[in-house]
Amino acid sequence: MSATNTLSGLTADKPGTPKLLSRSAPRPMLRLLVAVVILLVLVSLPFFLAPYPLSLAGRALAFGLLVVSVDLLTGVMGMPSLGQVAYFGAGAYTAGLVGMHLSTSGVVQLLIGTLAGAALALLTGAVAVRTAGIVFLMITLAIGELAHIGVGSINAVGASNGLAGIPPVSVLPGGEPLVVPGYLYWWVLAVFVIGFCAAAVLNRSPLGRSMRGVRDGELRLRALGQNTYSVKLIAYTIAGGVAGAAGTAWVAQTQFISPGDLGFDMAAFALLSVVLGGAGSLWGPVIGAGLVIFVRDWLGGYIEGRGTLLLGVVFVIAVYVLPRGVAGIKWRSLRRKSSES
Amino acid sequence: MTTTDNPILDIRDLTLSFGSLTAVDGVTLRVQEGARHALIGPNGAGKSTLFGVLAGRLRATSGQIFFNGQDVTALSEAERARKGLVRTFQHSSLFLGMSVLDNVRLAVERTISQPKRPWPNPRRDRAVTDAAMTHLESVGLLSRPSSLCGALSHGERRQVEVAMVLACEPRMVLFDEPTAGMSVAETNRFAEIVESLPRKVTVVVVEHDLDIVFRLAERVSVLAAGKLIADGTPEDIRTNDAVQEAYLGTSSNDALFGAAS
Ligand SMILES: Nc1ncnc2c1ncn2[C@@H]1O[C@H](COP(=O)(O)OP(=O)(O)OP(=O)(O)O)[C@@H](O)[C@H]1O
Ligand SMILES: [Mg+2]
Repeated sequence: MSATNTLSGLTADKPGTPKLLSRSAPRPMLRLLVAVVILLVLVSLPFFLAPYPLSLAGRALAFGLLVVSVDLLTGVMGMPSLGQVAYFGAGAYTAGLVGMHLSTSGVVQLLIGTLAGAALALLTGAVAVRTAGIVFLMITLAIGELAHIGVGSINAVGASNGLAGIPPVSVLPGGEPLVVPGYLYWWVLAVFVIGFCAAAVLNRSPLGRSMRGVRDGELRLRALGQNTYSVKLIAYTIAGGVAGAAGTAWVAQTQFISPGDLGFDMAAFALLSVVLGGAGSLWGPVIGAGLVIFVRDWLGGYIEGRGTLLLGVVFVIAVYVLPRGVAGIKWRSLRRKSSES
Repeated sequence: MTTTDNPILDIRDLTLSFGSLTAVDGVTLRVQEGARHALIGPNGAGKSTLFGVLAGRLRATSGQIFFNGQDVTALSEAERARKGLVRTFQHSSLFLGMSVLDNVRLAVERTISQPKRPWPNPRRDRAVTDAAMTHLESVGLLSRPSSLCGALSHGERRQVEVAMVLACEPRMVLFDEPTAGMSVAETNRFAEIVESLPRKVTVVVVEHDLDIVFRLAERVSVLAAGKLIADGTPEDIRTNDAVQEAYLGTSSNDALFGAAS
């Protein structure tokens, strides 16, 4: 309890201080600084990393954006979901098909892929968000599995072999294709930053507040006169759009998408990342996503493909050591610092 | 008195059963616009259940509810709240993981802004914050807007409840034991808030503290075992034998009202 208190800025909580906006003034500056440093590190990765680790970083970013969309539902709105892979897949396949038949422009693919993810989320969410808790989890699991099986049976998109032969993206229509790994990575990073910022803006908006209201007391929110169904459906649609954007980034990085990329393990890893990183904070789950990809694809490579097993071990340890996820530890140390000063 | 002859709430033969238990049993009651009305009754009488049915959380087994001349029996809780019929909860029901200010903002946002806008708007959000701060000020919680609700004392939570219903721009507020758990000062403050409400807001309060009942109410209804057994001015109720029976199983008025008079 006391660890979460720091989130609300108790430090400036003196009686007779109605200037409430000043309470959060120092922290945004610090946050901005940290964000800029992290962004600089991410931007400079191509100067340090070889092509393979760099492509891994690109995939981690695309996966990280998928995790952000899962966190919007799980952490912010309090509705754990396994279905975001479906909208991730919608974005990825749409972007791939657009790339093969319409335009190699990443911007065009991003827009259409995001819309595809949002549209599918709107359609399926209309039913899904009527439920809650374990039923919602099961319905979203079914949505993910249906997408996984469905796309694997359509020959036009390569069925279970996946969609191959996707050309490298260019930024703008008719631009140079991004064949240099560093440029490609920067494009994926750009999509990630756009998606993350969209989620951060949403998080600070009235809808974000209403979403937290759904999490903490949906019935109470209704008693205040809010139509919680539309709150949930709008949020679900936006989260679907974010997942779709993540799918376009994934395809841009890998130039390949197959049903295996939207399987149950992907959905479970995304939810795992949210738990590892700290549900509700947006940046924590992104770190969780990086950790998951690192353990599974990098460390896992050294022990002959036992990445998933290793991940299970990491998860069990993490739940004991960091019950609030990565975001949880960070806050605790910040609090210690602020109480010392 | 500015009370008109126009009932804002008209309850007709309202019944709610939980299986074999009839918690609200054929209640018929009219509340005039602008009234200061108290609902009392022993524990388990069905007061909170009646509030739940009126607010729309619980569905009536039979009977009708008219609010402001309109049949609202079939309307959802949210729809009734939007018409101005809101209540506080006997067991505080707040957004515990959110700040005090955000709790009130959620109520304000629905009335004066756009609770589903997915991006910030500095000017409108500022107006929401200012309105929320005004409500917090009126309940005396201005000093702690950024505290998490989960970190508040019981009495403070009750105050947040009050701020939230006031932020709903209500036409009628149902207060369910608002002062339970409040300190004497907080209780007094609550009474002052109700006294300062404009007369266009109708108030019904369920209260065990009879000092508060007699201070605020112009009319008192008594519920026992789901049935309305008395309805009248505070003076009538004080001297009503059936009320004594229901409360204490005796007809000694002093036992019940001695402290209040
Ligand atoms: N959800 C429910 N299911 C079954 N029985 C219920 C339910 N809610 C309340 N009851 C029963 O209905 C009766 C009325 O309860 P209610 O809470 O309305 O009483 P009350 O007058 O508010 O009492 P108090 O003064 O203790 O708050 C009680 O016997 C209670 O046990
Ligand atoms: Mg009660």
